[in-house]
Amino acid sequence: MDFINAIILLLNFTVLPALTYGSQLALGAIFVTLIYGVLRFANFATGDMMSFGTMFAVLLTYYFQSLGINFGILPTALLTIPFAVFFMIFYMLTMDKFVFSYYRIKKSPPVQLAMVSVGVMFITQAIIRIVIGPSDRRFLDGEKFILKAKEFKEITGLNEGLTIKSTQILTIFITIIVVSIMFWFLNKTKTGKSMRAYSDNEDLALLSGIDPKKIVLITWTIAGILATIGGILYGLDKSYRPFVYFNNMLPIFAAAIVGGIGKPYGAFLGGYVIAFAEIFLTYAYKKFFIYILPDSLEPSSLVQLLSTDYKFAISFSILVIVLLFRPSGIFEGKKI
Amino acid sequence: MAFFEGKNMTAGYDNGPDIITSCNLNADRGEIVAILGPNGAGKSTAMKVLLGLLSLKSGNVIIGGEDISKLTTQDRVKKGISFVPQTKNVFSDLTVRENLEVGAFLRMGNIENVIEDIFDLFPILYEKKSQIVGELSGGQRQQVALGRALMMKPSVLMLDEPTAGVSPIVMDELFDHIIKIKKNNVAIIMVEQNAKQALSISDRGYVLVTGKNKFDGSGKDLLNDPEVRRSFLGV
Repeated sequence: MDFINAIILLLNFTVLPALTYGSQLALGAIFVTLIYGVLRFANFATGDMMSFGTMFAVLLTYYFQSLGINFGILPTALLTIPFAVFFMIFYMLTMDKFVFSYYRIKKSPPVQLAMVSVGVMFITQAIIRIVIGPSDRRFLDGEKFILKAKEFKEITGLNEGLTIKSTQILTIFITIIVVSIMFWFLNKTKTGKSMRAYSDNEDLALLSGIDPKKIVLITWTIAGILATIGGILYGLDKSYRPFVYFNNMLPIFAAAIVGGIGKPYGAFLGGYVIAFAEIFLTYAYKKFFIYILPDSLEPSSLVQLLSTDYKFAISFSILVIVLLFRPSGIFEGKKI
Repeated sequence: MAFFEGKNMTAGYDNGPDIITSCNLNADRGEIVAILGPNGAGKSTAMKVLLGLLSLKSGNVIIGGEDISKLTTQDRVKKGISFVPQTKNVFSDLTVRENLEVGAFLRMGNIENVIEDIFDLFPILYEKKSQIVGELSGGQRQQVALGRALMMKPSVLMLDEPTAGVSPIVMDELFDHIIKIKKNNVAIIMVEQNAKQALSISDRGYVLVTGKNKFDGSGKDLLNDPEVRRSFLGV
């Protein structure tokens, strides 16, 4: 019985949150990797672009609520996704037209484009600050829990409760759908194949008659969808604090690089690697050991390897270790 | 008048000196033409000019009677000129089949029968069709590169050193394939380092020296020309 309690404990406090957080990182990491693979620069505006898309979802959620529109037990924010995605893509294409395309046509080195993206990041942050402000906002409505700890205890008679938040299941479920559609698109459709060909060998793609303008457009479109959905899911699960998204860029980049930058499935996996590492290394295992060890061996400390404040240090360490020992990542992406 | 023709071509990089001056090259369909010459003779430059990767200072490029000197590379590709670069000539992250599909993007309609034709021409590609090209051997990659270039059913095929870096056995095999391609009524222009072997399968050859036409003639004539033999074939 204690053993089952221990498993439930881990499931509740590590596995489920890690899967959720990992899915959110994965969407961001695929965004980073697509931009890197196709447009060939590290986009430092990633976090704030996700925040930007989420901002529209928050505003539209408030608007929908004021109109009395809701999505039943599901969060109203899900209804706003298509509109938020639309605004996001429009914003990205505007930025591309007025900022990135100039450097792309000039064939600037990737470092220069990365610096330009830092500029775009500041602009995006400023717009967010003006439009919605920096304060914390909750925009989750509908049913908050699928399974409450108390109900779980009553059903199973265990000491440990398992809480399943609706946002956790929604995140995992939506991520799987979005990522499957994206992989289907990249691997099976003509446009997807031309995107991969362009990412692989730009000159040869041009010689094969692939239109680079179309590729850029499609890439930003997919990036916009991923950024917005990733941002909204993160905001629903935690809360929408615009500048937390900026901090999330470190684990997102770490995920993209761990997986092998330029490889979408690597980024997808990388998201979970980073999330599980962060959560497993910062979880206090005291209660877990109390369950599985005999009373005499009961730990006196929290048995926590690192304080949760060091969460980002873990992503950073993984990033450094990967860059030192396997710079091409798990799936042999482009070398950095 | 030949099907594909570069007339009095003069070109150079930016404001630098002219790399090729008044250079003339042409090829008819169903013909293999080799461009030879010492290092720095302007062979690759001539090819770039024909393809539009480098613009002409003077002269013309003509295909089927139409002057395409002002067209971009992409537009020339649409006119049926296919090119296999010397390096990075395949999509190494894509499978063999996907490489072929990408090659046919300019063609509308059903590409299955074209893929079948390519598999007939290069049986090894059929065996490896689902494999990632990056995992193939050098000779197999060159076949993928040729296959990709042929997918758009080109009227002109330009090859930049198709046998660079492969073993002599593979080289013979590749030349056999090139002869087979010629039978599909394609004009083939190739730049080659292996001058002797290239001339032996070519219908005609050009020898360029410092960007000018030095010798031209049938493959056999050039092979037997004592001056060409002495200066370029090393025999």
